[in-house]
Amino acid sequence: MDFGPTEEEAAFRTELRSWLATALPRLPPKPSPDDWPGRRAYDTHWQRMLYDAGYGRLHWDADPGLRLVFLEETELAGAPYVGANFVGLLHAGPTIAAEGTPEQRERWLGPILRGDEIWCQGFSEPGAGSDLAALRTRAVRDGDAYVVTGSKIWTSHAEVADWCELLVRTDPAAPRHRGISWLALSMDAPGITVRPLRTLAGTAEFAEVFLDEVRVPAAHRVGAENDGWRVTMVTLSFERGTAFAGEVVACRRTLAALAAAARETGRWDDPVLRRRLGRLHAEFTALWRLVQWNVSEARTGGTVPGPGGSVFKLRYSGARQELYETAAEVLGPDALDLGREWAVDRLSSLSYTIAAGTSQIQRNIIAERLLGLPKGGA
Amino acid sequence: MRFRLTEDQRALQSATRGLLERVCPPKALRAMADGAGPPRLDRVVWAALAEAGVFALRLPEDAGGVGLGAPEAVLVFEELGRALVPGPLAATHLAAGRVAGAATGETVVTRADGGLVAWLAEADVVEGYGTGGGAGPSGAGPSGVGPPGAESPGAGAFGAVPPVALPPGPGLPGAVPLRSVDPLTPLHRVPAPADPGPWDPSAALLTAAEQLGTAGRVTELAVRYAREREQFGRPVGSFQAVKHLCADMLVRTELARAAVYAAALSGDPAETAGAKLISDDAAVANARDCVQIHGGMGFTWEADIHLHLKRAWLRARTRPVAAEAEEAAARALAASAGPPAPRPSL
Ligand SMILES: Cc1cc2nc3c(=O)[nH]c(=O)nc-3n(C[C@H](O)[C@H](O)[C@H](O)COP(=O)(O)OP(=O)(O)OC[C@H]3O[C@@H](n4cnc5c(N)ncnc54)[C@H](O)[C@@H]3O)c2cc1C
Repeated sequence: MDFGPTEEEAAFRTELRSWLATALPRLPPKPSPDDWPGRRAYDTHWQRMLYDAGYGRLHWDADPGLRLVFLEETELAGAPYVGANFVGLLHAGPTIAAEGTPEQRERWLGPILRGDEIWCQGFSEPGAGSDLAALRTRAVRDGDAYVVTGSKIWTSHAEVADWCELLVRTDPAAPRHRGISWLALSMDAPGITVRPLRTLAGTAEFAEVFLDEVRVPAAHRVGAENDGWRVTMVTLSFERGTAFAGEVVACRRTLAALAAAARETGRWDDPVLRRRLGRLHAEFTALWRLVQWNVSEARTGGTVPGPGGSVFKLRYSGARQELYETAAEVLGPDALDLGREWAVDRLSSLSYTIAAGTSQIQRNIIAERLLGLPKGGA
Repeated sequence: MRFRLTEDQRALQSATRGLLERVCPPKALRAMADGAGPPRLDRVVWAALAEAGVFALRLPEDAGGVGLGAPEAVLVFEELGRALVPGPLAATHLAAGRVAGAATGETVVTRADGGLVAWLAEADVVEGYGTGGGAGPSGAGPSGVGPPGAESPGAGAFGAVPPVALPPGPGLPGAVPLRSVDPLTPLHRVPAPADPGPWDPSAALLTAAEQLGTAGRVTELAVRYAREREQFGRPVGSFQAVKHLCADMLVRTELARAAVYAAALSGDPAETAGAKLISDDAAVANARDCVQIHGGMGFTWEADIHLHLKRAWLRARTRPVAAEAEEAAARALAASAGPPAPRPSL
């Protein structure tokens, strides 16, 4: 048991640090949060820079120890986060790498890594959220294509996406979990309508996607027909297991900024507030240690993260909300000013206990899959 | 980075668990809790712990110790906490190499901490009494105490320990027996110094490890009961309200585990304070939830859960208590919050 960096990790950290020092000043100015095409261009540009420097694959098939170094160093240097590349890099890419055919890996992984193509996730439907297996979007086989009809909801980044990891029902007669398939849908295909939805933060982060007899080549199915639920579990385990790790580092930085602000305004002298900040510091330090622990354990397991990710996701999402509640106390009246990034972040933090499986669902997973408690019950 | 247990560490863990199941089974604890009067320290068990190296674990081999480090000590103390082993375990362990006979279990060492002393009447040596603000007598070095300022063993989080030792028993001025809430830990109240001085990170780490053991143990007890106990024709563990309590228990335990193991590795006092804070919470909240999941059974003297809860309360009272740990973490945070604000809008 040690934290000591391996030789490879130490060398990687040094090299990455010096690359960041020269690369970051070359970044274009950051677009405004509402400017989606601008955000897409900015995020994909950053991904391309990473790719050209040889850091493109770090999110899914590198040594997990190197990935943690990458997350730490990019965050500490103030580098951009994955942004619009989120689904491609953190969910779809790893899923295709694990489950796709050689042709599929060849077709999709390169463009994701180079930042040429953006993905979105079409899992949730109006009638299938937590109960994802209730999804009804139909795909009917017609020659070498599927004809897809239905609708998806809460699809993040749908407006700017090129591809969508889409769950469809290919066998309505089969038991719910058995008749599902995982398709790669080109967002250019005729029959797709994207309608942006406004979030409570006032931003347009996600959208509704309507599918009206959209043709998807059968060759774009990842995994066997009707075996999509298993593939979905692979995707979700990446989503819950590793996708949030980098954000802990970001939260620690935010907390430090909060402490600096509290000291500037004199609020630091309030022992109740100060201790609350201290407690959060202990919490986020421990959460980062938990990430390191999970990653070390995963290194000996398979490439797909286990349900231990739910343990982290549940605690992290709650801690993040507590962080922004405390931020509001530090800011006082300014906490109600939407011109402050803090106020927007506080609103955004509400999504963390909902997206990627609600906290209630994470608790079910932990209780049933990790503790072996019986399924079902009122 | 290899932040996971090595084969040797796993072996140590399971060997310790096996030993404690033999020498300190729940039945023996129950008999002790049910006995009249304050519990007596079982010197046979104490000798068995010493024999297994519990106290000499971090003493160098050439000083007759096992020569292991803070991470191993934490694994052993997690098991001691799990098994609810009574006695001033951390104080004696920390005295090994400084107080003659502590490493071998012949001398039982306790400490005054936060106005309380555990096991006063049973201990041979009391440390820490009268340090800091000087409310009590100080300076005396009775027989059985090693030279003051002698090197403390091990590395990492284990640093200085309070230098003062006094003979125990009725001779300790101002000590008043309490009716201890923990039937397995006799307590005396002693005059607390006005300025208690710094807390000891080594003691905090070992106590945090014991709390981690408790947190994990009561989670197991709760989950086992939830699978067995039936109501409305099915195991209560199939009810989501119960499941969610159990899930939160596991999450608290796992976060505490990461925090405690990490503090053992980093040796950082602020991280150790954080680990104490998080594991105190985990042990106390999990023990309470465990009572809840056991329903009426949980409120009885017969179920062992209250013994775990009371010990968790007691350890949470040892320094650093929550407010001290939060202040320590806040100081570390302030130190990390350098002058430039990373957020432009700040
Ligand atoms: C910001 C954001 C971005 C998102 N992005 C995407 C995306 O890109 N692609 C995508 O496919 N989806 C996305 N989602 C959808 C997200 O996965 C779902 O919102 C989530 O799974 C919950 O489903 P729901 O909204 O239908 O809520 P519901 O499932 O209707 O839940 C309503 C309430 O009931 C509770 N509940 C439901 N079932 C149970 C149960 N069995 N036990 C206990 N409580 C239960 C829930 O916890 C919740 O409190 C996003 C959501 C948000 C907020």
